[in-house]
Amino acid sequence: MTNEHVSKTNVREQYEYRRKKNAKEMKLQVVTFALMIFLTLIAFMAVGFSEHIPVKFIAPFILLLAIIQVIFQLYYFMHANHKGHELPMFYMYCGAATAFLTILAFCTIVWW
Amino acid sequence: MSSIAVKKGFGAILWEYLTTVDHKKIAHLYLMGGGFFFLVGGLEALLIRIQLLKPQNTFLSEQTFNEMFTMHGTTMIFLAAMPLLFAFMNAVVPLQIGARDVAFPFLNSLGFWLFFFGGVFLNLSWIFGSVPDAGWTSYATLSLASPGHGIDFYTLGLQISGFGTLISGINFLVTIINMRAPGMTFMRMPLFTWTTFIASTLILFAFPPLTVGIFFLMFDRLFGANFFDVAMGGNAVIWEHVFWIFGHPEVYILVLPAFGIFSEIIPTFSRKRLFGYSSMVFATVLIGFLGFMVWAHHMFTTGLGNVANAIFAVATMAIAVPTGIKIFNWLLTMWGGSIKISVPMLWSLGFIPTFVMGGVTGVMQGIAPLDYQLHDTYFIVAHFHYVILGGVVFAILAGLHFYWPKMWGTMLSEKIGYFTFVFFFIGFHLTFFIQHFLGLFGMPRRVATYLPGQGLELGNLISSIGAFMMAVGAISLVYNIIITVVKNKKVGNDPWGDGRTIEWAIPSPPPFYNFKQTPLVRGLDTYWIEKTEGKKELTPAEPLSDIHMPNNSFVPVVISFGLFVAAFGAMYNPLNQVGDGKSWALPMLIIGLLITFGSMLFRSIKDDHGYHIHKEDLMDDEGGESK
Repeated sequence: MTNEHVSKTNVREQYEYRRKKNAKEMKLQVVTFALMIFLTLIAFMAVGFSEHIPVKFIAPFILLLAIIQVIFQLYYFMHANHKGHELPMFYMYCGAATAFLTILAFCTIVWW
Repeated sequence: MSSIAVKKGFGAILWEYLTTVDHKKIAHLYLMGGGFFFLVGGLEALLIRIQLLKPQNTFLSEQTFNEMFTMHGTTMIFLAAMPLLFAFMNAVVPLQIGARDVAFPFLNSLGFWLFFFGGVFLNLSWIFGSVPDAGWTSYATLSLASPGHGIDFYTLGLQISGFGTLISGINFLVTIINMRAPGMTFMRMPLFTWTTFIASTLILFAFPPLTVGIFFLMFDRLFGANFFDVAMGGNAVIWEHVFWIFGHPEVYILVLPAFGIFSEIIPTFSRKRLFGYSSMVFATVLIGFLGFMVWAHHMFTTGLGNVANAIFAVATMAIAVPTGIKIFNWLLTMWGGSIKISVPMLWSLGFIPTFVMGGVTGVMQGIAPLDYQLHDTYFIVAHFHYVILGGVVFAILAGLHFYWPKMWGTMLSEKIGYFTFVFFFIGFHLTFFIQHFLGLFGMPRRVATYLPGQGLELGNLISSIGAFMMAVGAISLVYNIIITVVKNKKVGNDPWGDGRTIEWAIPSPPPFYNFKQTPLVRGLDTYWIEKTEGKKELTPAEPLSDIHMPNNSFVPVVISFGLFVAAFGAMYNPLNQVGDGKSWALPMLIIGLLITFGSMLFRSIKDDHGYHIHKEDLMDDEGGESK
């Protein structure tokens, strides 16, 4: 093969590129992981200080934290932020919307 | 792999169909299976109309009447309309996007066999003598009180066929997203592919609620659960919600592919590109989206409260907007076109006013206060037959004539086609138009008889006469199919002469590998573009090379058969509500599940790499005859 040399440098460049990219991603994952632990701590603290904070605030607050956690999980650990995941993510959101609508309807008109 | 035509024996053909993973053969199977159940459902409809021919008729007993309308509805929706649409999706969509098959040929076959065994299980109830009798909606308040195993045939049969539908829906999603030919962007996809895509999305989100709801009902009746038993703290209204969260998108699952078929036929025979293509796509997506937030309009009289009723009423009326967009686009496609009246075009012309009438009565029922008057009367029956028969069945019949040459390589007789249309169309309006008025006069649906002297005799008589005219139309169609098969006069690639999309550029029926070379798509109506440049073939997107094909497999039949066996075991298990548990039931349930999961395991661990059709064989092959 005449272009063996070219492909060899290509492989090398690709390797370098992947290394750099992985390192960048690793950094992001560590940051996200730290953030997630931090969010979990906040959730525990919110429950711990339930004498001082009204329960009506704590429950939606923890749910909000949970949603943020799910988004972190999907985007940074399950790689939904990578290219080519747009359609699966679109379908995930559609599914979530359908499920949300169902639960909302049940909470408001079935189990009132 | 030579593809020279060899005359095969009946056994070989049967085995070929039992094991096939080819989307075109699976389309044949869906067409035959769906067609059979369509005739069964039609026969049930005729018996219903004979019973209602005159007041206080005793042709059917009350119980038999309940069973008849339940099975008519269930059969027509789940076992006739959906499989027949799947037949066209399978036959046409991979060709329209320039693919060699669907993304998962094995799952495609599994989807069909699950539907088939589910349908057979449901209809075995006639032989076992206890038939579902709580309506196709099977509301828990009624179905939990139903004696005998009728409802169990409903839950188990629909569960099995529902798995098949879900699998097929996912298969089409993946196929359309991943397997489009080079150049086939989303906004160059033919409308039938688009509507299949959106309908598959609806299947993906609507069938899981049905599965869950049916599981609840199945466990309530067979395993002593109490999801819907109010005395035990359950809630019967949940069934209604779960059923309609599935049930309303289901009507769009049916009607969107029907819209797609008309959107192919009307431009073809108007010899003009579809008016407002992008607005058609937008309207399809919007209908799919809105379809999920209107389910409670089936439940206005359940007592959800004024606020809930108002929200769902407004959402319901909003659906009229995208549907209206579609109607005007079809009309404007025809405007100024050089229209050729063929049988498929005739059905399309009949569809437009019929569907508009059904749509208008739909908006009327969307008005919650009026619905209190109309609920459970024949007005409702008239409405949904106008949209489902006038929309879906007309599309199936139009598509049957339109795609018959592409599916089988022969042409249905146009003359008999006109006869079918005249009888079916007039019979249809005779049957159902008068039912609007019967409903307004106060005739309740799902009641086996009515009293004389209440002004209902004439209307019911006319309605029954119409039903018989439809039967004449259906029989003429069957006759048409038989003589076409017997004559077996082959046609060319583009028998209508004005085909616009990719499927008309390849032989009828296409060779088993569909395309020697994947076509290059240069715009909407790919084949039409090539024709305007004086070409007879598509521009290839790749050099001729080996084609990888999947091997046939008998495993889908075995997987489905296992569930069929397990369903009997579940039905006669010792915990069942009827109290006729058998000692062999539990072992049978386990054996059935073992067959299913065992064959899945067999499929997973066995390496099946398929085979290649070699370039040299492709070059020799004229490509007229499928394997």
